[in-house]
Amino acid sequence: MYTGPENSYLKQPRGLKSWLLTLDHKRIGVMYLTAIMFFFLVGGLLAVLMRVELSSPARDVVSAELYNRLFTLHGAIMIFMFIIPSIPAAIGNFVLPLMIGAKDVAFPRLNLASWYIYVVGSLIAVASILQGGVDTGWTFYTPYSTSTNSAVITLTFGAFVLGFSSIFTGLNFIVTIHKMRAPGMTWFKMPLMVWGLYATAIIQVLATPVLGITLVLLIFERLFGIGIFDPAMGGDPVLYQHFFWFYSHPAVYIMILPGMAIISELIATFSHKRIFGYKAIAFSSLGIALVSFLVWGHHMFTSGQSELAAMIFSFLTFLVGIPSGIKIFNWVATMYRGSISLKTPMLYAIAFLLLFTIGGLTGIFLGTLAVDVHLHDTYFIVAHFHYVMMGGTVMALLGGIHYWWPKMWGKMYNETWGRITAVLVFVGFNVAFFTQFIMGSQGMPRRYYSYPDQFAFLHEVSSVGAYILGFGFLIMVIYLIHSLYRGKPAARNPWGALTMEWEAASPPTTHNFDKDMKLEHGPYDFDRVEVEDEEMVKA
Amino acid sequence: MDTVSFPWLPSAASTTAADVDALFNFILFAGLAFFLIVTAGVIAFVLRHRRRGKAGLTYGKDHSLALEITWTVIPVILIVIVFVWGFKGYMRMNVVPHGALEIKVTAQKWFWTFDHPDGANAVNELVVPVGKPVKLLMSSADVIHSFFVPNFRVKMDVLPNRYTVTWFEATAEGVYPLYCAEYCGKGHSEMLAAVRVVSDSSYQAWLNANSVMGAGLTLEQYGAQLYTTKACVTCHSLDGTAKDGPSFKGRFGTEILLSDGSRLLMDENYMRESILDPRAKMANGFQPVMPTFQGILKDRQIDALIAYIKSLNQK
Repeated sequence: MYTGPENSYLKQPRGLKSWLLTLDHKRIGVMYLTAIMFFFLVGGLLAVLMRVELSSPARDVVSAELYNRLFTLHGAIMIFMFIIPSIPAAIGNFVLPLMIGAKDVAFPRLNLASWYIYVVGSLIAVASILQGGVDTGWTFYTPYSTSTNSAVITLTFGAFVLGFSSIFTGLNFIVTIHKMRAPGMTWFKMPLMVWGLYATAIIQVLATPVLGITLVLLIFERLFGIGIFDPAMGGDPVLYQHFFWFYSHPAVYIMILPGMAIISELIATFSHKRIFGYKAIAFSSLGIALVSFLVWGHHMFTSGQSELAAMIFSFLTFLVGIPSGIKIFNWVATMYRGSISLKTPMLYAIAFLLLFTIGGLTGIFLGTLAVDVHLHDTYFIVAHFHYVMMGGTVMALLGGIHYWWPKMWGKMYNETWGRITAVLVFVGFNVAFFTQFIMGSQGMPRRYYSYPDQFAFLHEVSSVGAYILGFGFLIMVIYLIHSLYRGKPAARNPWGALTMEWEAASPPTTHNFDKDMKLEHGPYDFDRVEVEDEEMVKA
Repeated sequence: MDTVSFPWLPSAASTTAADVDALFNFILFAGLAFFLIVTAGVIAFVLRHRRRGKAGLTYGKDHSLALEITWTVIPVILIVIVFVWGFKGYMRMNVVPHGALEIKVTAQKWFWTFDHPDGANAVNELVVPVGKPVKLLMSSADVIHSFFVPNFRVKMDVLPNRYTVTWFEATAEGVYPLYCAEYCGKGHSEMLAAVRVVSDSSYQAWLNANSVMGAGLTLEQYGAQLYTTKACVTCHSLDGTAKDGPSFKGRFGTEILLSDGSRLLMDENYMRESILDPRAKMANGFQPVMPTFQGILKDRQIDALIAYIKSLNQK
């Protein structure tokens, strides 16, 4: 495998030990990327298994018990082990210091620790499979989760440990962004990726402890019979839902804000255009982060909470939707009079624009009290969630992986295969999930492993979409791995971008830059800075 | 009050459904307009400003107050409309009209019990009169369930530690599916029931028929009815296949193996105990998932079920 010049971070120092004990943010980013992509494939495989079962109404391929374990594990892996760490810990770790012209993050040892905590937490969570799996759903709703005899304690303890990894990353990024920016990079000269990671980090640090506390309470209830949530012991199951969503709703923004952050970079670079409404995008990230703490009750409109509470949560939910809408308009406006190049990362950015818009707009249905009553806990929710998280965050992640791939490995992936796959993924995704909006509107409840015949056709179509999606990812794995061995060497700045990471070598040297960096132009000054065309590799 | 529903919503059959559908359609078309604007923008800009050759310097304008105010204010106005409209509809769903017929709903793994005011009760079938408001006072015997009738646009969680209330007024006779919408374990997708909306006179007739406990039927015939109406059928088959519980076929009067390894003759007393206290002596190979039917079944009904299960041996 070609890994760039002799002094690239991939080559120096050598040996397994140098990787396992590395303090280099780039190596830690690469280790995170490997781990999360592994879990993404595992979680995806579980999803395909579920779609196989659901392709016909009868119970045929898996039993009810196994199906319940599949969707629980799919959710837990995708949320806790894949999507939360995906962009911040994998991509963010790699690019954040490079983007602000720093040599590393503020606390390199804490950074390595967070990776190990992530691995340990994931192993604990995976160990629950050996104990027979968990059948509660990733939300662990009480009192079902306190009464089932499956391995709830192990999985929740895994999620508890994973939380620390997330907090450490967030803490590290906040300090890094405050203290390590290159001279001249004022707050409003930072790339929007950095703003997005900053807003995310705030939520990671402030919200994650609540999840930790909640899961510990749940574990205590099961282990020591302390009645907190279980009514049989004098507890209140709805209290659990409040605690859980107090974290898990902001967590949705831990997942989407970094996706939005990547999209700002992709659209600016591939439109070759000064980004429209820089401050609006930056402030809307912070606005979303703050309001996101106050909307959790919209998961509970049918839980019997008071009408007043429901009204307030509905209102605040709409409030948090506005900044997301503004961002969409800003991105589209950025493309106006640009010089648009439809490379693979841009295709994913466009996929994000369309899919996230659908995801956001369907959120309006769910934030609306009277309509949510009908749609709550149906496939409409499942579809909405996947449009936001997969159509949003995962599309951004895939765009980001392709965008920074040359920087990470010093290799170009195959553009043709990249584009074909992007189209396959886009089509497969829509076939798989748009059908679920229709099913949900018709009343198909979620978490059913067998279902009335009237839904058979749509389920079958949805399953076909999932297979197309799975096939797309298979191709991606092949061409990305192939590129590491056979890809063309990448130029320093193959996309003609203006952010600082492109001034480092591809792949960067261990200390990132050969000189002390200082800001010479804004991140999106495409109207006044001419970048050298480096599409062609200089040998 | 019939309005045209968007084709992908189920037919509307309650007094509150039409308003929900109108709001649903409003959001749908307003949302569609937004989506088309975004899509049209993306397509138009990609086509018009596609890079040809060198990128060069591009247009530098990066803000426009008028534009930004427009695309903030218009969504805000629409959102306020939707919010107020949705809240009003929600209040209508939550405020029970005076004089509503009150039915007690009990959810448990994995069936529904409906207790009507005059003592009639039914499992997995909610019979209600058309054109009358029906109040449901609901509680759960174990975990959280959720009462969901798509045709009525009604959903409300059913909790183990407090009563929740919802109501509806059916506008058309018919049979409408009732789902459990909150995940409740292994039998979640089989926790299906139906709402049967009938005329007022049929409802009275149904109440009479179900309050007299099978008068005019033999115990066996009555037991056969109860086997389905009390949801035994969910877990106990008649053809020998084991579901969540053992099949009833050819089982009465045989020696059965218990989970503690001992053997026991399946007789009338064991059957009665298993109905009232199912976990006392578990049959081998099954999970203790059956709830007690104490308070749900009257003595005569238990007698009838036993008679019916006995009769299965002779066929």
